[in-house]
Amino acid sequence: MAEALVTSAAKVVMSVRGLRAGYGGASVLKSVNLDVREKTVTAIIGPSGCGKSTLIRCLNRMHEAVPGATCEGEILLGGRDALALDPVLLRREVGMVFQRPNPFPTMSIAQNAAAGLVLNGARDRAALAEAVEKSLRRAALWDEVKDKLDAPGASLSGGQQQRLCIARALAVEPRVLLLDEPCSALDPIATARIEELLLEIKDQLTVVIVTHNMQQAARVSEYTAFMLLGEMVEYGETRRLFTKPADKRTEDYITGRFG
Amino acid sequence: MNDAVYARRRKVNALMFALTAACAAVSAGSLLMILGYIVWKGASSVSWAFLVNLPKPVGEQGGGIVNAIVGSAKVVGLAGLVGAPVGVLGGVYLSEYGRGKYAFAVRYAADVMNGVPSIVVGLFAYALIVHPMKRFSALAGSAALAFIMIPTVLRSTEEFLRLVPGTIREAALALGVPRWKVTAFVVVPTAGRGILTGALLALARVSGETAPLVFTAFGNRFADNGWLNPIATLPHTIYTYAISPYEDWHNQAWAAALILMFFVLSVNLAARLWLKPS
Repeated sequence: MAEALVTSAAKVVMSVRGLRAGYGGASVLKSVNLDVREKTVTAIIGPSGCGKSTLIRCLNRMHEAVPGATCEGEILLGGRDALALDPVLLRREVGMVFQRPNPFPTMSIAQNAAAGLVLNGARDRAALAEAVEKSLRRAALWDEVKDKLDAPGASLSGGQQQRLCIARALAVEPRVLLLDEPCSALDPIATARIEELLLEIKDQLTVVIVTHNMQQAARVSEYTAFMLLGEMVEYGETRRLFTKPADKRTEDYITGRFG
Repeated sequence: MNDAVYARRRKVNALMFALTAACAAVSAGSLLMILGYIVWKGASSVSWAFLVNLPKPVGEQGGGIVNAIVGSAKVVGLAGLVGAPVGVLGGVYLSEYGRGKYAFAVRYAADVMNGVPSIVVGLFAYALIVHPMKRFSALAGSAALAFIMIPTVLRSTEEFLRLVPGTIREAALALGVPRWKVTAFVVVPTAGRGILTGALLALARVSGETAPLVFTAFGNRFADNGWLNPIATLPHTIYTYAISPYEDWHNQAWAAALILMFFVLSVNLAARLWLKPS
């Protein structure tokens, strides 16, 4: 169905088939399919409560961290069964940035950026300093913080904190970066900076972004998935989906008739 | 609304405001009165000699309470060394892993323990340690104080860990960090100040406990003699001296109370300064 409309030849890095998920008996996702293509930005849009956050939280199995959460179906990461992998190892390949900036309050800017590496045993100071600079540069934060790397992460502005969280996620070199409404707590300028950096980092990794801002999806993504009530209504190239939606419900949503 | 109603409401408001302020003054004032009274009664008997000398034989004037100071430090110190880690680790379990019936039972038991009269805890330590060993001991006193400390530290640790936002745990988990490392290196340090403060406050509290020491540490008029012998402690010395018939001992009891109070206040103050974010 919808997938046939995707014409790009880019390799699929994550594929989801028949994914059902929920919380303690309440079903949130009803058999969702999705192909995430390598080194692209895929946006997931839909009204609140449609299951878009649950979907990406299944992709790195953060969903399971919630008591009573259920998840079944098939998720492949580069051909491997993601649901059979150790979730700890899966999360090193599939990183995540959350809705609200959440830098570690006891750590400095540099320590936050290096946290994933240090907590997983990295000790080489020179290599760590290099990784901190590299990830802060990729997150477009380096120039603003290079003179105060030892200041607490929480001393930054909201937008800077969110970019610090992106740097922290990038430092462990994931193949896929999931962003769960990363700009919903930020002002338009901070949002624009994050959108710019997403366009830059997609040369090196795959990005999946959940957003309820349709303009944002149109600006940053090559592929867009529209979800409604736990179903994947339509999935395809962003330009096509926004100009010639195949499904009546997609059209209603993007033209602002509901949601 | 007419002026008469408004005037009446203003009066009631002023009255209630004065009442709340007066009640607040009573709460803080009682502490100041106790402090002032102890300083007034005790200060004149505190001297260097009082701090570094052993008690004189009964009937002789003078002497000090060095045995009680050392004894309190030993008994409370051991209680803290055992009670704080057990309480903190138990609190980590309750906050980070504790779900279901077992955690409910532990939490409930800790809350009940917090309400058990301390003399009952002393009796328990007597039955558990003093009776089988057939001797009063510093060890038994420490055990009694540790039993009191553990549930307090457990619950305060749990509460401080619960204040750590769930998003912090998620952020660490999403970096591919194993759960135990998230707990040990991210969550516990985030609540670190609070946990330490809770442990210090519990330590300050047990250092003033008298009842659990009456039939465990028992008291001793001589120098400290190891962990397995009766030992003097400050609160127990205050109790013994205060109910004695000698004027000189009464004065010494006030002085010992001043020293105990000073210690408890310093620990309390240190804990609170520590908690204040830098």
